[in-house]
Amino acid sequence: MERLKDYFLPESASTFASDTDGLFMFINISGGLLLLGITIALIWFSWKYKRRREDEVTPVIRHSTILEVTWTVIPLVLILFVFAWGFRGWATMRNAPADAYEVYVTGLSFGWQFTYPNGVISGTELVVPAGRPVRLIMQSRDVIHSFFVPDFRIKQDLMPNRYTTAWFEAPEPGEHVIFCTEFCGSGHSAMLGKVKVVPVAEFETWLTAEKAKTEGDLPLAELGRNVFNQQGCMACHSVDGSAGIGPTFKGLAGSQRSFTDGSSATADDNYLRESILRSNAKVVAGFAPAMPSYQGVLSDRQVDALIAFIKEQQ
Amino acid sequence: MTNTTKPVAIREFPVEEFPETHYLNATKGLKSWMLTLDHKRIGLMYLASVIFFFFVGGLLALALRLELWEPAQNFMDAETYNRVFTLHGAVMIFLFIIPSIPAALGNIFLPVMLGAKDVAFPRLNLASFYIYLGGAMFTLYSMAHGGIDTGWTFYTPYSTNSGSAVISMTFGVFIMGFSSILTGVNFITTVHKMRAPGQTWGKLPLFVWSLYATGVIQVLATPVLAITLLLLIMERTLGIGIFDPALGGDPVLFQHFFWFYSHPAVYIMIVPGFGIISELISTFSRKVIFGYWAVALSSLAIAFIGFLVWGHHMFTSGQSELSTVVFSFLTFFVGLPTGIKIMNWVATMYRGSIWLATPMLYAIEFLFLFTIGGLTGIMLGALSVDIHLHDTYYVVAHFHYVMMGGTVFAFLGGLHYWWPKFTGKMYNETLAKIASVILFIGFNMTFLPQFVMGSQGMPRRYFGYLEQFQTLHQYSTVGSWILGVGFLLVAYYLIVSLVKGAKAPSNPWGGRSLEWMTSSPMPAHNFEHVPVVIHGPYDHHQPIAEFRMGIDAPHHDTTHA
Repeated sequence: MERLKDYFLPESASTFASDTDGLFMFINISGGLLLLGITIALIWFSWKYKRRREDEVTPVIRHSTILEVTWTVIPLVLILFVFAWGFRGWATMRNAPADAYEVYVTGLSFGWQFTYPNGVISGTELVVPAGRPVRLIMQSRDVIHSFFVPDFRIKQDLMPNRYTTAWFEAPEPGEHVIFCTEFCGSGHSAMLGKVKVVPVAEFETWLTAEKAKTEGDLPLAELGRNVFNQQGCMACHSVDGSAGIGPTFKGLAGSQRSFTDGSSATADDNYLRESILRSNAKVVAGFAPAMPSYQGVLSDRQVDALIAFIKEQQ
Repeated sequence: MTNTTKPVAIREFPVEEFPETHYLNATKGLKSWMLTLDHKRIGLMYLASVIFFFFVGGLLALALRLELWEPAQNFMDAETYNRVFTLHGAVMIFLFIIPSIPAALGNIFLPVMLGAKDVAFPRLNLASFYIYLGGAMFTLYSMAHGGIDTGWTFYTPYSTNSGSAVISMTFGVFIMGFSSILTGVNFITTVHKMRAPGQTWGKLPLFVWSLYATGVIQVLATPVLAITLLLLIMERTLGIGIFDPALGGDPVLFQHFFWFYSHPAVYIMIVPGFGIISELISTFSRKVIFGYWAVALSSLAIAFIGFLVWGHHMFTSGQSELSTVVFSFLTFFVGLPTGIKIMNWVATMYRGSIWLATPMLYAIEFLFLFTIGGLTGIMLGALSVDIHLHDTYYVVAHFHYVMMGGTVFAFLGGLHYWWPKFTGKMYNETLAKIASVILFIGFNMTFLPQFVMGSQGMPRRYFGYLEQFQTLHQYSTVGSWILGVGFLLVAYYLIVSLVKGAKAPSNPWGGRSLEWMTSSPMPAHNFEHVPVVIHGPYDHHQPIAEFRMGIDAPHHDTTHA
């Protein structure tokens, strides 16, 4: 049974995974028995009562109240039980402990961004302390996305017009994949992220180190690299020349760009700035207008830094 | 002057075998088909159309499965893939499965099973066919003009912003909705008003009951889809701001509107299938159906409860938590009437005289596949488990077990059951059985691995995927090829049957409902007499002569009043 469970389900890495898995297995086993019973009856009847002569007559059996009641009541009890079990597990998922550590999650086409209470922003990678409940306050910057960590058995849609929440507690350090499970466009299946569960001490160290990366006195291009990582730009834009959902940054600055409307321009500072802030004003030929706007998201200094970083990618 | 008070003589009308003149050749020429008011011809035109669109949707599915052979790009890019899966869903649902059983097989057989000359509104019936074709044209147009990449669910705000042909596609679906409503109105009226003398509600064939329940859903639910799609079109063209948060709208509202139709629509798709299975199980077990009223009324119960569960598509959407709990609770109650049906069908086979002809083979395969579809539905109704499984391949596998393992297998069963009746030709029984088994194997090979993938966390609508899922994806793809071979075989022997099949007798399976009491193919007006119904449609213990009763007067001299 354990092996069956391990085959069907991913690693169980959150506090409520085992309850969900228990219900999953219960329904599989009780449903499996029902299916087995029906299948045996089908095969047995087909064989036992196979028509052997053309003039066979069959008995007239129209109805049996006892049977009808039986196969109404037994499933009724089963489904009430399954409902109650599912409700209990779900109620736990909906009620985060009061002392949960809060992280803001932003979904955007096509990446994830995690903002910590001290202002640190992490792109793609959600670093959390082991053994402590973490509450996610989530919002989308464009269309609906959905935050899914199979190993935690949690999933929650991110809406563009309101916050949604989810929480989890991962007892052990480890790494777990994040999927987007609400269709959001050409980069939907590439919208992957990672939850990195680390020991509490390591988490504190990481948070302090990240904080230092956002300080104002960093050189522009270096700050730009941090912005690039934090905002999850790499989900669509590579720096090694390979094509992604968006154009690569390698060799971008100063190059000649042709656009979907047939026009073209040189990628100077103003072009780069416009592409960041009004992302779909000019769309490079061969790409979809999929990038969300960063107007109001990045400060002027961050935009400057990002441009400086892009210019370095030659 | 009415003739209802006149004393009438009732006598047996032996069936004319292999008639020279029947509905297929009563009138000739293209015009006699294009402008026909004969429900059987309209049903045939529907049948040809839905089979064509099933072929289109099937090719799209094969392309998707082939692309998924590799975790990364194989032969189409992400944008194309997204358009192909959207079209596969939209074509299969709106162009194939919704009209498949009611508008094609239902149109041909509902009036015959009632002993009527035609449906209540023959002109409306023809209109609904052309409306359907018009909607289909819009769909084809949007395919040709860039396609649409939103998924068949058209979720906002993606669909309000996506650059693809959303308007022409949704407009096509909007138009086809009217066709569906008109068919529903027509069937409900026909069942109420056109039953032959003696054809009481308790003697209606269960296929008729299921079409009646379906008609109720079509009439009540489809207008909501129409309104929703119209609002979506207005959102895109006029920016009215009802769904798009950028304009102050609410995307979750769209999901409520959409599923308020689309969940009941699931029952528009499957309930007629239930009706076919009831016919098949009884006829091929040569036995009275067990629990007639339980089976008949459970269709209506499903139609009713089906309206109260739409929110179970939205457990992770951020709808209110109270709604989520209520919707989960109510969802389980769809399971009860469904379970009752399955048990009654199995009980009908008990002590029967079972003939494993092709239609019965499909019925038994249906029972197995649909039970899996139903039980995995229980899994998805359970709140905590659904949070994990929602929008994964588990859901994909679940609805394919219900829609394809359920409806398509029932459709195939019905097609093989009634084929001799409406074409007047038999098909090659051996090939048909082989094809049925191939389809069964191919189906399970395609979709069983998807349950496993989904449980493991593979999200749906993914162009690329993690390498750990590749083996299961490849099993699934190979399964889709087996399915393809199976359907080619079906197409082959059915075409051969049309061209040079043996002539079909009027009642090759020993059925007891009215469609077997007339010639194969049927006469243009279904019966040469007004049928009088004495026994129920499953009374296999009664002599067949008593099912061939009719009023002793020429058909055209009588009225149904």
